Amino acid sequence: MEYGLDLEYSFNEFLKGLGLSSEIAHIIWLPLPMLLVLVAAVVGVLVTVWLERKISAAAQQRIGPEYAGALGVLQPIADGLKLLVKEDIIPAKADGILFTAGPILVLVPVILSWLIVPFGQNLLISNVGIGIFLWIALSSIQPIGLLMSGYASNNKYSLLGGLRAAAQSISYEIPLALSVLAIVLMTNSLSTIDIVNQQSGAGILTWNIWRQPVGFIVFWICALAECERLPFDLPEAEEELVAGYQTEYAGMKFALFYLGSYINLILSALLVSILYLGGWGFPIPVELIAKFLNLPINAPLIQVFTASIGIVMTVLKAYLLVFIAILLRWTTPRVRIDQLLDLGWKFLLPISLANLLITAGLKLAFPQFFGG
Amino acid sequence: MSIAITTQFICFSVLSLVVIIGALGVVLLESIVYSAFLLGGVFMSVAGLYLLLNASFVAAAQVLVYVGAVNVLIIFAIMLVNKKEDLKPINDIKSRRIISTSICLTLLSLLIRVDLTNVWSLSSPQNSIGEESTIRIGEHLFSDYLLPFEVASVLLLMAMIGAIVLARRDVMSQDISTGLPVDQELIEKSSEPLLTNKN
Repeated sequence: MEYGLDLEYSFNEFLKGLGLSSEIAHIIWLPLPMLLVLVAAVVGVLVTVWLERKISAAAQQRIGPEYAGALGVLQPIADGLKLLVKEDIIPAKADGILFTAGPILVLVPVILSWLIVPFGQNLLISNVGIGIFLWIALSSIQPIGLLMSGYASNNKYSLLGGLRAAAQSISYEIPLALSVLAIVLMTNSLSTIDIVNQQSGAGILTWNIWRQPVGFIVFWICALAECERLPFDLPEAEEELVAGYQTEYAGMKFALFYLGSYINLILSALLVSILYLGGWGFPIPVELIAKFLNLPINAPLIQVFTASIGIVMTVLKAYLLVFIAILLRWTTPRVRIDQLLDLGWKFLLPISLANLLITAGLKLAFPQFFGG
Repeated sequence: MSIAITTQFICFSVLSLVVIIGALGVVLLESIVYSAFLLGGVFMSVAGLYLLLNASFVAAAQVLVYVGAVNVLIIFAIMLVNKKEDLKPINDIKSRRIISTSICLTLLSLLIRVDLTNVWSLSSPQNSIGEESTIRIGEHLFSDYLLPFEVASVLLLMAMIGAIVLARRDVMSQDISTGLPVDQELIEKSSEPLLTNKN
């Protein structure tokens, strides 16, 4: 099912028209989508930080940021600038190399995972065959960065925070991967593009959330735990551990952690919308609307229109989930460490295993509904 | 040379250099924490080599299993028992070093001999399955490699059950290390009292 805008093809054809070889055209093309996605991720973080400030203010009956731009929209940029010009401190007894490498190791896998996030049929950096598995593998690197920064800070709170963060993300990765596996079982493919296309049959009715309600909830809880959002923010629980593994960090290195956690939150929201909420699909299939209005689906104008609807839908669904995450953060109390581990190992793991088994059974029994 | 081949060559040289230097660092560095982190770097570079060989699924599995699980476990263990204590001097350290060096050199020469004598028949790049490899690996695991796969899974299950039995001290009537009867009321119990007695 190859349709939709192929920007890469048109761009390469345009450059070839200017007399360049196809290899050079490809090299000029390569950094463009990467830069675009990086900018999109950073802008997404700024928007999320502003939302977090405004929604938390509303939840606590405050006004929130008000003076930096209209409704305080420039506040996140001011925050970023402040962090950028702050002094970069490495504690005297800390391990300089590991102290610097830690935040980088936390941030880089998160940004790399944006490789597989599709905003449309051809609107992603690379449609790699292992798709969603790449994200699971990359997110398993993060605990090493957390342990590294916790250890290098030479501070007992940092070390405890790092150990907690690593333990938490390891234990929640298993139910997360199992609920992704149930989706993969239904799709017969690991590619994110195929996962979205599999859901696009009849709009909102064929979204995976109806076929995988348990998987959806398990995935969302685990994603929140992986992002260390509030019901599960034990690694940086202020009352117990000062700020966990971030305690000794200042300036740009702290900003890397901050950026990493928010990019991870947006990435998780995007992946939930791709896996369970139909990705870039409109609740009513665009093909049906085009047929109803008697418009050819392959006309250039319709193509541009559907592509923009795709981007808008992906971002809208993701930000709806980000909104829920922020609301959860400011309205729920923190769980205890034993409750956290109980929830992960004794509740989510068996439930996601049973979900996988039932999905496999249903796939054999009703292949037309659960992907033959 | 075309641009693709040049890129591949540069990637290969950088990755192999990182693997060799990192592996030497793992063995030779004094600080065990550095060794553990370098080991993670070596695993990552090996995953990069798999990626260069068009085996993306194996590369991702390498990252997930070796970096995400094995290496994290090693670092965890080091950080939980990172006591600064001087090791006892070993008497005949020199002869031990000579023996281990000679064993390593013998192994190396054996590997080099295998490399030189074996005929490496490479299929042409057009025949590589690339993205298909995930499906092929699955087919092999459930047909001709079924027995090793099942044996490995049973082994892992045994290890898991063993770990649970060791962790749940309340199922045993006496402590393994001390031989004393286990207090059944509290699972989390420190061996020394946390608060000093004031009177």
